[in-house]
Amino acid sequence: MLPAEPVAGPVWSWNLLTDVQEMWSFPFMVNAFRAGAIVAVVSAVMGYFVVLRRQTFAAHTVSTVAFPGAAGAVLLGFSAVYGYFSLCVAAAVIIAAIGWRGGGGGSGGADESALTGTVQAFLLASGFLFIALYKGLLGGPQTILFGTFLGITTSQVNVLLGVGAVVLAALALIGRPLLFASVDPQVAAARGVPVRALSVIFLVLLGAATAEAGQITGTLLVFALMVIPAATAQTVTGRPGAGLTLAVLLALAATWLGLTTAYYWPYPLGFFVTSYSFAGYLLARSGRALHTRLGRTAAPLLNKEATA
Amino acid sequence: MTALLSSASAPLDQPFVQHALLAGTGIAAASGLVGHFLVLRAQIFTADALSHVAFTGAMGALAFGYDLRTGLLVATVGIALLFGTLGRKARADDVVIGSVFSWVLGLGAFFITLYTTSRSTANGTAGVSVLFGSIFGLSAGKASSAALVAAGICLLMVLIARPLLFTTLDEAVAAARGVPVRTLGFGFLAVTGVCAAEATQAVGSLLLLGLLAAPAGAAARLTDRPYRALALSAILAVLAMWAGLAASYAVPKMPPSFAIMAAATAVYAATFLIRRPTADRRLRRRTASAGT
Repeated sequence: MLPAEPVAGPVWSWNLLTDVQEMWSFPFMVNAFRAGAIVAVVSAVMGYFVVLRRQTFAAHTVSTVAFPGAAGAVLLGFSAVYGYFSLCVAAAVIIAAIGWRGGGGGSGGADESALTGTVQAFLLASGFLFIALYKGLLGGPQTILFGTFLGITTSQVNVLLGVGAVVLAALALIGRPLLFASVDPQVAAARGVPVRALSVIFLVLLGAATAEAGQITGTLLVFALMVIPAATAQTVTGRPGAGLTLAVLLALAATWLGLTTAYYWPYPLGFFVTSYSFAGYLLARSGRALHTRLGRTAAPLLNKEATA
Repeated sequence: MTALLSSASAPLDQPFVQHALLAGTGIAAASGLVGHFLVLRAQIFTADALSHVAFTGAMGALAFGYDLRTGLLVATVGIALLFGTLGRKARADDVVIGSVFSWVLGLGAFFITLYTTSRSTANGTAGVSVLFGSIFGLSAGKASSAALVAAGICLLMVLIARPLLFTTLDEAVAAARGVPVRTLGFGFLAVTGVCAAEATQAVGSLLLLGLLAAPAGAAARLTDRPYRALALSAILAVLAMWAGLAASYAVPKMPPSFAIMAAATAVYAATFLIRRPTADRRLRRRTASAGT
């Protein structure tokens, strides 16, 4: 975390070119931008399907599980990266195994959502136990929970790139049937699409993607990068292609703007990234509300003209 | 024998254990009652969101120098009512909830930095104790006020249990029979907010979801009758709280929040072992009624 005194920090000069040049003269900032871009693209694409499938609670649980993963790995003396990946994917498999579908709605959903909630709270409590036992974690649990963009190494960026490429390639392979199964599972099942297998694969990919994003944004805020741009895109357009592109662009813009702001202001990156994406979401929602209101008043006029 | 007795009664003589028991029992009972309806109404994700919002409220109050409990209450009740207005029939869409609370959580990250960097009297562990609770650190005044508020929540839940149950099971028929469905939905969300604010002081904002979900989920597995499940949920929550406090007193290295969560999770896991007979009975009853 940067010191709070603005004297020590760099100063914004309204000359965009020199600002960016100065910022990118630090290797750690270049790495942060690279890592941010990878994370934003992967989570926006995954998030689009999460929002489409209404699996926000599952996504949130998988993302919080990264916290005990990282804390446990540090306690046992491994690198936190292994903890992130193993526990996120494991949690995704558990959620898939108990057959939890949808956003807690439906007749059978209540019982399973209680289970998901219990699992989430217990794993977070375990993470707290690991931290209490380890004691030596620099900056306490807040770095794991809220993320940091300082000190990202080139090898970390390479790992992120590799995992991100695998996740996106797998998603591209199953993209079309997954879209079909997400939009109308019953018709898809009737047409012979393996709906259940697809949902398991999707959750495992979700685990990998969250584990990757969580290392940068912190485990509590991965969810923001996943859900908000996708929700914004789906408010604006119903077409899958346009929606996916829009979600990726929004996530990328929020991350890079957030990184730039966090470089100049000594406040956490997560706050800026969530605020920018949430501002976009509010704009899209109010724009849509305005559009429907104008549409409602304009449509009768058109009808009147047509009849006259 | 006398030595054993005196060593057994020693923990109860400690004031901090008495405060923890007083506040913990009330909070656990309230969480059990509220949690039962959250599970029935499939609003666990709302509770999850409120628990994260509680963190932001507490950190905001600390950063601007107000009492922590004021911030907790304002944030949880305010956001609970906001969720009510955003959705139809006082139930918000999951995606809307997710978008709102992840931003509020980002705001919490901002407040925690503001608090730790700007206030000279700041203690660095305030954030951790809000996130994960510190039930053994409650003062006498805080504990008794928490117990009083919790008792109020319990009383309110018992009073509205019947109409709320009706609304939950069949909203349209309840509305037709003159039950104020919308007011009840809002009222319940507000009570959930107050309960989340109280539970944050005991087990922390990240973990209170376990106190709401686990006993209620366990009770729903054990019995089909709504009132029995309601009572059972409160009893299981209180038992989990006592077991957790006792375990954490016996093993000081274990944080009390973890011990309480572990006890609640163990209760919930135990219901999986005895689930089979209830499912069988339910099936048999259904086939019997179908046969007649």
